[in-house]
Amino acid sequence: MTHLAVPKTYKLAIGGAFPRSESGRVYAVNDAKGAFVANAAKGSRKDARDAVVAARAALKGWSGATAYNRGQVLYRIAELLEGRRAQFVDEITRLEGVSAVAANAQVDAAIDLWIWYAGWTDKHAQVVGNANAVSGPYFNISVPEPTGVVAVVVPQGSSLLGFVSVVAPPLVTGNTVVAIASERLPLSAITLAEVLATSDVPGGVVNVLTGSPAEIAPWLASHADVNALDLAGAEGLDWVDLQIAAADTLKRVLPPEMGADAAAQSLDRITAFTELKTVWHTKSMI
Amino acid sequence: MSFLDYAPAPESTSPLNLRDDYGLFIDGEFVAGRGTPFATISPATERHIANISTANDEDIADAVAAARRAFDGPWSKMSGRDRGKYLYRIARLVQERARELAVAESLDNGKPIKESRDVDVPLVAAWFFYYAGWADKLDYAGLGANPRALGVAGQVIPWNFPLLMLAWKIAPALAAGNTVVLKPAETTSLTALLFAEILQQADLPRGVVNIVTGAGATGAALVGHPGIDKIAFTGSTAVGRAIAKQAAGTGKKLTLELGGKAANIVFDDAPIDQAIEGIVNGIFFNQGHVCCAGSRLLVQESIHDEVVDRLKARLSTLRLGDPLDKNTDIGAINSRAQLDRIRALTAAGEAEGAERWTADCAIPDAGFWYAPTIFTNVSTSDRIAREEIFGPVLSVLTFRTPAEAIAKANNTPYGLSAGIWSDKGSRILAVADKLRAGVVWANTFNKFDPASPFGGYKESGYGREGGRQGLAAYLDAPGSTPRAIPAAAPAPAITEVAESGELGRSEGDKSTPAEARKSAPAAGRKSTGAKK
Repeated sequence: MTHLAVPKTYKLAIGGAFPRSESGRVYAVNDAKGAFVANAAKGSRKDARDAVVAARAALKGWSGATAYNRGQVLYRIAELLEGRRAQFVDEITRLEGVSAVAANAQVDAAIDLWIWYAGWTDKHAQVVGNANAVSGPYFNISVPEPTGVVAVVVPQGSSLLGFVSVVAPPLVTGNTVVAIASERLPLSAITLAEVLATSDVPGGVVNVLTGSPAEIAPWLASHADVNALDLAGAEGLDWVDLQIAAADTLKRVLPPEMGADAAAQSLDRITAFTELKTVWHTKSMI
Repeated sequence: MSFLDYAPAPESTSPLNLRDDYGLFIDGEFVAGRGTPFATISPATERHIANISTANDEDIADAVAAARRAFDGPWSKMSGRDRGKYLYRIARLVQERARELAVAESLDNGKPIKESRDVDVPLVAAWFFYYAGWADKLDYAGLGANPRALGVAGQVIPWNFPLLMLAWKIAPALAAGNTVVLKPAETTSLTALLFAEILQQADLPRGVVNIVTGAGATGAALVGHPGIDKIAFTGSTAVGRAIAKQAAGTGKKLTLELGGKAANIVFDDAPIDQAIEGIVNGIFFNQGHVCCAGSRLLVQESIHDEVVDRLKARLSTLRLGDPLDKNTDIGAINSRAQLDRIRALTAAGEAEGAERWTADCAIPDAGFWYAPTIFTNVSTSDRIAREEIFGPVLSVLTFRTPAEAIAKANNTPYGLSAGIWSDKGSRILAVADKLRAGVVWANTFNKFDPASPFGGYKESGYGREGGRQGLAAYLDAPGSTPRAIPAAAPAPAITEVAESGELGRSEGDKSTPAEARKSAPAAGRKSTGAKK
């Protein structure tokens, strides 16, 4: 008896659910040799807006969780990534046309990167915040807080590692994310969203849109309820226009990064999506 | 004669030795500007003080070139220790000439001498003293060993704290090893030009700091100049937005300190005497010309009447008048344009149904003045509750629960500052956690210190000034990726950079969920500052 395979339907990930695009559109995702692999949802402006609504709704809970709790939740993602290894390797080998060894190496790197970021949740404030020695009887302290809803254009040339390298950092401090996946290599992003849904990440904390970044990104760049924009993977887009649109609401913007170490592991990627709050409190005269 | 009547006690103007005409300070020397000169006047009397040069595009190019030569030449090669010594010299010279600077500031800006003498100028010296010590300790600024200066910084500052904003900009820039071209606000150039004399006395290498005067077009030419690596701007959100668009894709690093509409939250257990003083300080300090002013008073409903009555009584004792008089509490509004704006917004407050109360005080015949004013019965949707007035006008709203106070406080596109008044420390810390603002004052307000980072959330801008974070705004991490610059990306030209706190439009709808808004992705290059 042979088993006829049951292919997966790749959908969007919005608010903890996996809807099709409201537009009803899909596009064909092909393997490295051009053969059909799957239909991915072609996300629309309305999908992008729905994702922002979901991300905003999730912000209070995620940013309000203790740093220790966020750290454990993020660590658990790495555990589940490990369990799904075979599926990621399959997607990476087919779409990127690389060997299983190379695909495994990418999964290894993604898992390790995820763990590195997970460990920062309860340390970041100690490293970038501080007490301030002001001239007067005041307790004065500066602490980083999440910026809010972060829209991300994921590096386009990588199935899994690129996605992790830009989605993990803003999550550390409690931001929520709307990510536009790689247009040509979207499958692992959706599979990762399935990992997130079965770990303890609350719905809406990470939302994944597949489709055309050129079509979707302008809606996110100009969206007044998006606080920051990471253009890491936007080098192929008209990203200056995106930055100009983002200036309308004074979003924090990270420019495109190119090359082998694009969006490399760094503390700066965490800090870029935080706001420093300084609190003054009087001390009584005794 | 009542107990409120004091004999005049004017500060002497004898320390001042002003020239009739001031040029631009470029490459260590005063040179005549090639634009049309303008007069700077005292806003308290409308009397002429001096003629100020206008820098045109060529002057800006000269200033940027001088700053570049200074950066490539002595300044980037100098040890941090020696850069620091220059900053220490400047701090000491500011202290030596403190009285002169304070008198000049009050004369030119209109702020009371007690504020320029006791707040502005001492903080200027403190800022240089603080950052002087950083110059040889950049490895400890949190960016790793050997962080790099950015190069030439173009800085545009507002008129509300002219010399203090200059210090906030220049001190960290120089400590980090950058050189500077700074444009003061059109109505308040005087102390920046006196500061240029101080730089000469300090023997600062020529070109390290250049000061170019002029109006909005001069500022626009500076921030748009391709030769600068960093833009630091303090002023209105509308102009900050235009600068962010202009800088898009250029790779210039940008720090924006923009408008605010701060909530000052008073709980029913607040130490009421201190709270009243703090509310007054929060909005009537510097005539309310403060971006972080506590312009929205959120008072718990149960103590609303008491607080308002006591505020009225306190405001009735404030003395409005000659900025140079040592007893003056409320000085002059900085310009006729700002006075017109305050009048327009307060008229809108009345038209929208808020109840106005204005202190009964004599207004001098000449000059620009606005008596301390309180609006009660204000709705969150009123313009006076949403737009930055930048004047001595307080809008009073009420709340019942901490959650309501937090929701109302955050119901603004701004996020610069906030105040909390309560005797309960645990409540203060919990509320402070939930306020989306860069500076939160608990049982105090409008406190500033060079060691304490200052800057906004949301549309109040980004980047911090003060502290090591303020230093980091002028440094690149070692080995950091050079910023991407697209091949051809002509950004929108902005024609004017005004530094006032003014906003050209209502931002009232900004915090609504964006679903209902946004009809098209901004084809930003065509629509400069235009908003849907």
